Amino acid sequence: MSAMDGNLRELYQEVIFDHNRQPRNFHDMPEADHHADGHNPLCGDQLTVYLRINNDVIEDVSFVGHGCAISTASASLMTEAVKGKTVAEVEALFKDFHALLTETPPERDFGKLAVLTGVREFPARVKCATLAWHTLHNALIGDHDPARTE
Amino acid sequence: MNTVADPLRAPAATRLPVADDFPILARPVHGRRLVYLDNGATTQKPTAVIEAEARFYRESNANIHRGVHWLSQHATELYDAARATVQRFIGAARADEIIFTRGTTEAINLVANTWGRKQLTAGDEILITTLEHHSNIVPWQMLCEQTGAVLKVAPVNEIGEVELDSFDALLSPRTRLVAITHISNALGTVNPVAEMVAHAHAVGAVVLVDGAQAVAHQAVDMQALGCDFYAFSGHKLYGPTGIGVLYGRAELLADMPPWQGGGDMIRTVSFERSTYAEAPQRFEAGTPNIAGAVALAAAIDYVQALGMDRIVAHEHALLEHATAALSAIPGLRMVGTAAHKAGILSFMIEHIHPHDLGTILDSEGVAIRAGHHCAMPLMTRFGIPGTARASLAVYNDDTDIAALVTAIEKAQTLFGTRKRP
Repeated sequence: MSAMDGNLRELYQEVIFDHNRQPRNFHDMPEADHHADGHNPLCGDQLTVYLRINNDVIEDVSFVGHGCAISTASASLMTEAVKGKTVAEVEALFKDFHALLTETPPERDFGKLAVLTGVREFPARVKCATLAWHTLHNALIGDHDPARTE
Repeated sequence: MNTVADPLRAPAATRLPVADDFPILARPVHGRRLVYLDNGATTQKPTAVIEAEARFYRESNANIHRGVHWLSQHATELYDAARATVQRFIGAARADEIIFTRGTTEAINLVANTWGRKQLTAGDEILITTLEHHSNIVPWQMLCEQTGAVLKVAPVNEIGEVELDSFDALLSPRTRLVAITHISNALGTVNPVAEMVAHAHAVGAVVLVDGAQAVAHQAVDMQALGCDFYAFSGHKLYGPTGIGVLYGRAELLADMPPWQGGGDMIRTVSFERSTYAEAPQRFEAGTPNIAGAVALAAAIDYVQALGMDRIVAHEHALLEHATAALSAIPGLRMVGTAAHKAGILSFMIEHIHPHDLGTILDSEGVAIRAGHHCAMPLMTRFGIPGTARASLAVYNDDTDIAALVTAIEKAQTLFGTRKRP
């Protein structure tokens, strides 16, 4: 097996396929109090993230849209990771998750999000893995311009 | 086109003896042989072109149209000779109908900003087609905003063809400009340009043809096409980036105001008023890409030495071979199956997003394009976010197609969606 094949298997783990085939929290949310659109103009990936926040805690989160396996799985895993966390905890997690994919990995337990670590070896795909997070961030700060990953 | 490939009936894949001419093809990617099938984005460069550009800087570099010194005159001669080479290559009547630009995009923007701003007024119509690249859409949208002109779009049918009837239905005496692609970069459809030009001229419209995907893949002759403007890039024609061409009919160029002001485009300058040079200098402000023009001429020489007839025959046979080989893969759907196509294969793989496919093919050394190909309205027309696109050039052969097929099967295996034919 070549180094590249090893990297490819790290990228496309079974958890990624599972969340791509059956994304969690994949529906719209009429009762959402925050939402934002995300768009990656280079590859056409598009999604909307919905949030219901109570007392600074993410009570519910969902998304709809379409994209590649990495972006769909990342959005799905993100919704599981942020539910029940405070807004400050989520923003800190986004910062650390971004660093996990692009810089020195921070010391923290990423839980299931760690399956996306393989994206590190594919700089062209970092945008796919972070689109949902940028969109979530925009929803939190109330920015209604579509989120970009650039 | 969904018949299973029959090896006895599949056309024989051909090979041109050119692989050694392209040094980059010898470099491995991810430890594998580079299988370069992204020629619609840019072609690789033969040694003859790389050397021509290097030789210019080594032996001939000086600014043009300036110096009384020998080297400047030498560089000017090379630059003018490059213009004459382009003129002969596309069958222009005169060398001063050839304007050097940075590429196709700049050539189209030049027409929009000079001819368009002078000629168009509110209510005039510009007709394009659904096949267009963003560079043949956005400049016209900007021009419409500036002038009040209206953009009309001829539709494509299910297989990616612009039907002449629906094109004609949108032509009227209000149509001032028709801007159409010669060959679709996303689907490979070859438009019936000569007929479209004749029909557009019949209502008095001027016609611009985007030839970015055409000039390297078929003979292009301005007299046979009859168009008024023709735009193309050097880098899709085995030449360098940053050099391209706008062909314009002399009568039209003579009446067009300059776009960018600066050196070389003037006749006289005073603080009260400046007068402008004739075409093509009027449209080439500043020091142009001299080395790029010289290397573009070398690329044209390379293509002509190879022979356009041989290139067309080779790429056509390879397209048929590749179409049969890809269509035999279960779960693969071709997008764009026009009767008249050039060497571009756009496709979707069931359950695998083009972007994921692009990454997995890359791991096998197979370079393709994945996405909307700068033709988002066309993708919207087909209800898809994008496609995977393999585009052919002179150095591709059946081993490249075999590598592409194997890599697609690897992706299907990885995604657990592979079905035996």
